[in-house]
Amino acid sequence: MTSVAAHLPALQVVVPLLAAPLTVLLRRPGAAYAVAVAASWAALAIAVALWQRVAAGGTLSYAMGSWPPPWGIEYRVDALSAFVLVLVAATAAVVLPYSRRSIQEEVPRHQHYLFYTMFLLCIAGLLGVTITGDAFNIFVFLEISSLSTYVLVALGRDRRALVASYQYLIMGTIGATFIVIGVGLLYLMTGTLNLADIGQRIGAVQGSRPVLAALAFLTVGISLKLALFPLHQWLPNAYAFAPSAVAAFLAATATKVAVYVLLRFYFSVFGESVVFDRLPMQEAMLLLALAGMFVASTIAIFQTDLKRLFAYSSVGQIGYVVLGLSFLSDSGLTASIVHLFNHGITKGAIFLLLGGVAMVTGGTGLAHVRGLGRRMPLTSFGIVLCGLSLVGVPGTAGFVSKWFLILAALEQGQWWLVFLIVASSLLAVAYLWRFVEAAYFREPDAGTTGSRAVPWSMALPAGLLAIATVYFGLDTSFTVGSAARAAAGLLEALR
Amino acid sequence: MTGAESAMTWGNHFSYFVTVFMMVAGLFILIARGNLIKKLVGLGIFQTSMYLLYIAPGKLVGGTAPILSDRFTVYSNPLPHVLILTAIVVGVATLALGLALVVRIRAAYGSIEEDEVLDMDAPASPQGEQGPRQ
Repeated sequence: MTSVAAHLPALQVVVPLLAAPLTVLLRRPGAAYAVAVAASWAALAIAVALWQRVAAGGTLSYAMGSWPPPWGIEYRVDALSAFVLVLVAATAAVVLPYSRRSIQEEVPRHQHYLFYTMFLLCIAGLLGVTITGDAFNIFVFLEISSLSTYVLVALGRDRRALVASYQYLIMGTIGATFIVIGVGLLYLMTGTLNLADIGQRIGAVQGSRPVLAALAFLTVGISLKLALFPLHQWLPNAYAFAPSAVAAFLAATATKVAVYVLLRFYFSVFGESVVFDRLPMQEAMLLLALAGMFVASTIAIFQTDLKRLFAYSSVGQIGYVVLGLSFLSDSGLTASIVHLFNHGITKGAIFLLLGGVAMVTGGTGLAHVRGLGRRMPLTSFGIVLCGLSLVGVPGTAGFVSKWFLILAALEQGQWWLVFLIVASSLLAVAYLWRFVEAAYFREPDAGTTGSRAVPWSMALPAGLLAIATVYFGLDTSFTVGSAARAAAGLLEALR
Repeated sequence: MTGAESAMTWGNHFSYFVTVFMMVAGLFILIARGNLIKKLVGLGIFQTSMYLLYIAPGKLVGGTAPILSDRFTVYSNPLPHVLILTAIVVGVATLALGLALVVRIRAAYGSIEEDEVLDMDAPASPQGEQGPRQ
């Protein structure tokens, strides 16, 4: 008998995966809710334990079913995956308690237990993508999380949620199929599916056409999943029409895990030489990142619905993450990984707060939030605070990542990029101002004044994430420390 | 690898041509058709091309299943088959979910033509859509 501690990497995925069918069997919303929350908290505890062990002792390798890698499926926890695991598990642990009251408003009661099932499957999928060291396993877990996400999006009250879910399904499946084609080509050339093993064997076939084709397929496929501009078309509607809890969870985790997959393939599998020397990937990524930062942020300014506004803002913020990646330097990657986390909690907090707004005022259109500053002072303050983090104001989490991004740009001597980063932040000021103007400088409409208060089970998780946004702006030891270790680990594999 | 490439003939590449044709045909249907069911058909064809991409190179002419016996020396690679078995399951689940969504869309809108469905929502949003229409 080995101790439980040795099996933590497997348990990380198995706990939410097994809890999912359990919620179906229980059927009662209360019992399903209890199981879901317990599973998500257990997942968080495991993620934190794994993070601690990786921080202390380096990369963990777990052979699934005791089949040694590269023959069996390997679960591999290094600094980067441990960090992303904590982000996913922590967001899930915060959003699930919130979802109970939230879905009572938005989802028919007889579907509540299925909501928890789908939510747990989504968590299991995202955690699985992050922890696995096997290329095909990534695809399977990606589809587990994606399929459950389509269902969750379709649970939205508005009939447009159905269309949004359908479009997400089409785009997501094209993306996933592109990823499998890329993995297939890599398998043909190297004869292995273990990521680290491919990374070692790819040297012999580097630059051959199938490998370059694999790189192209993987880049496009993963870019679809991470909503890199101009492949972001599915994202705004999916976020806008999904139930509030789902939008918050997706905004905080789904695209971030896709970024993780991109980093993993670029740095651990292909290695620097093939990605960045043979193809102008650096320039392409830089250009797409800048386009996303400016175009998506500009579109966000003209939105009349806050959920859509912040969804477009997400596409813009993904631009910063990809921008950091394109620098191909230690500080650039650190900026990317820190922003992944900081933007995750910031956007999660905003969508949770918007869920409360929708509950009280009946919607998240700019017309609904008129005078919100007086009616819901704390919620408005929270949204402004997180908005400032999107802008990158000192004292918020967003500032930390932008600071590293600017440092990375200066390191490369590209001062014009510094100018563009600051200029795109001004666009964030502009879309945040749309909310501030409506919430603080307009009188509330007579028709939208609800007398309800946001229940504490929703206010508490939202407040927690909002406070975290400020906390990680002041104390950066966890975020920057982990990200720097992860960046160093990724770049070390190249040398 | 590069040396062998020139030696290969069109016939050797047969499976790849079929794969690429199906891939492009599937994607074309996805883009060109507005009918939500036809789009799913395109998606299915696109995914099937990926199955073929895995399966075809795993087969050796004259190869058997990997059985430990003195009588067999040439084996086909079983791993791609196993992988694609998984991928087929994923594909079936995706298709089932997609069709279920189309049923719900038909119930909510009374149409399964994408442009009609999108038009129906355009006046529903009071201030109009200012972002690009998806």
